[in-house]
This record gives sequence, C-alpha cells and structure tokens, in this order.
Amino acid sequence: MENFTPYSAFFGGSLIGLSAALLLYFNGRIAGISGIIAGAFSVKDNDRYWRFFFLIGLILAAVIFNLFVSSSPAAYSRSTLLLVISGILVGYGTRLGSGCTSGHAVCGMARLSMRSIAATITFMFVAMLTVFITRHLFGVSQ
Amino acid sequence: MTKNKAALLCGVLFGLGLAISQMNNPDKVLAFLDVTGNWDASLAFVMAGALITLATLQHFILKRSQPVCDTEFHLPKVNNPIDKRLILGAIIFGIGWGLVGFCPGAVLAAWGDGKIEPFLFTFALGGGMMLFSWLHDTK
Repeated sequence: MENFTPYSAFFGGSLIGLSAALLLYFNGRIAGISGIIAGAFSVKDNDRYWRFFFLIGLILAAVIFNLFVSSSPAAYSRSTLLLVISGILVGYGTRLGSGCTSGHAVCGMARLSMRSIAATITFMFVAMLTVFITRHLFGVSQ
Repeated sequence: MTKNKAALLCGVLFGLGLAISQMNNPDKVLAFLDVTGNWDASLAFVMAGALITLATLQHFILKRSQPVCDTEFHLPKVNNPIDKRLILGAIIFGIGWGLVGFCPGAVLAAWGDGKIEPFLFTFALGGGMMLFSWLHDTK
C-alpha cells in the first residue's frame, strides 16, 4: 500500500460531499455526474442550463489544480480500443442503472436509498472482478 | 445566488475534490479495485469523507420546505423498488469502470492531465449515453 493517501483522499471526499450538499441546498438536485451530463443535453428538460455550469466548474477546477498545484497523471497502459469500449459501457450502463459512483455511491447511499446501495454493491463487486480477471488472469498490465 | 452560480460553485468544489483526492487518476482507482494485488484503500477514504459530510449537512438541509433556488427538492424516493434494469446497468457500468478506472466525474476531472485518453474516453462515454437514448427513449 505504498501509494495510500488517506488524508488527501478524506479531504477531497469531504469537498465532494460539501458540493453535493450545496447543490441540494441551493438547487434541490442530486450531484450525480452521469445524470447531470445526460440531463445537460436532454432537450426535453427546460431546466437544464445549471448542469452546464456545474460541468464547466468541475472541469476547470480540476484542470487548474492539475496544471498549477499538483498532478498525478495515469500511465494509460490500456489500448485505445479498450478505452473506447470501456467508455461506451460506462455511458450506457450508468444511464440504464440511473446513476454512477457520485449519484449512487455518494448521494444515494447518504440517503440510505435501497436502490443505490444495491447498485453500489453491484458495480463495486463487478469492477473488482473485472480488474481481477484482466490483471491477474489475463495479465493486462497496470 | 442563482441556480447557475450555485451549480458553478458546486462544480468547482466537486472538481477540486476529485483532483485533490486523485480520483481523476484511473490508476489510483484501479489500485483500489485490485483487492488481490497491491491494494490502495484511498477510494474508501474518499467515499467516507463524502458520505459523512453529505449525510450530516443534508440532515439540516432537508428540514427546509424547499431549496433556496427552486420550489421543490428533486429526489427519487428512497424506497423505490430494486429492478432488473438497475442491476443490469450497474453490472455494465462495473465492467466499464473496472476496465480503465474512469467513471463519468473522474474522466471530466482528468482533462488537464496532459494525455489524450481522457478526451477519447469522454467521447465514448457520450456515445454510450446516446446509444442508450436511441435504444430506450421511444417517446
């Protein structure tokens, strides 16, 4: 566990929790990123422009932090094909399952939603199994 | 505070949280998911920080009759039934998440890491969401 960073992890997580709380306080919305992305581009929703502001804030803050404060870029040892397949699965799966890590594992779990708890257990287990199969059975590096 | 300004502030906090906790580095996420390898428990601390903060604050927020900038809280019911679609979606997301280590928030927060991969992944993510709309939004 030489890369274990509990303090920055807990502090960063607290900021994510504060963000979700403030979005609930001001806009009455769940800070689920997959839902915010999909909703921003949904022409059926007349109240969608706040979502662009959220996404712009998220991207800019992280980019500025990585450029000017500190950065820990990934090695990206996966092939481009695997990256694209993974992106499609994440996009499709989070819409079908009505949420991702932020919507289910943070916002839903904080409200003790049974659906979110079931979804989180499922995607955590499946993701761990996927890593085990790709990394340890097929030996895909990293 | 308007709805858009509030959302911008929340986005900034969310992005900073992801960058500070390094959850925008998919290698860090994969190291958490790799429970039989050189395990890195950091992601669990991110979740703990987020859950404790949110659960505490929302206890007070939800005592209000409505949010500051809207007439109602837009929350799904906590006792909605668990259905096949939810679990199948979570399985598909879990496979995708485990393959690379990116979830929707993390990949957007990784745009500044100087590599092309986050952009490629974002396009594919959008493609997966469009595929879903195309297959399921029949209305």
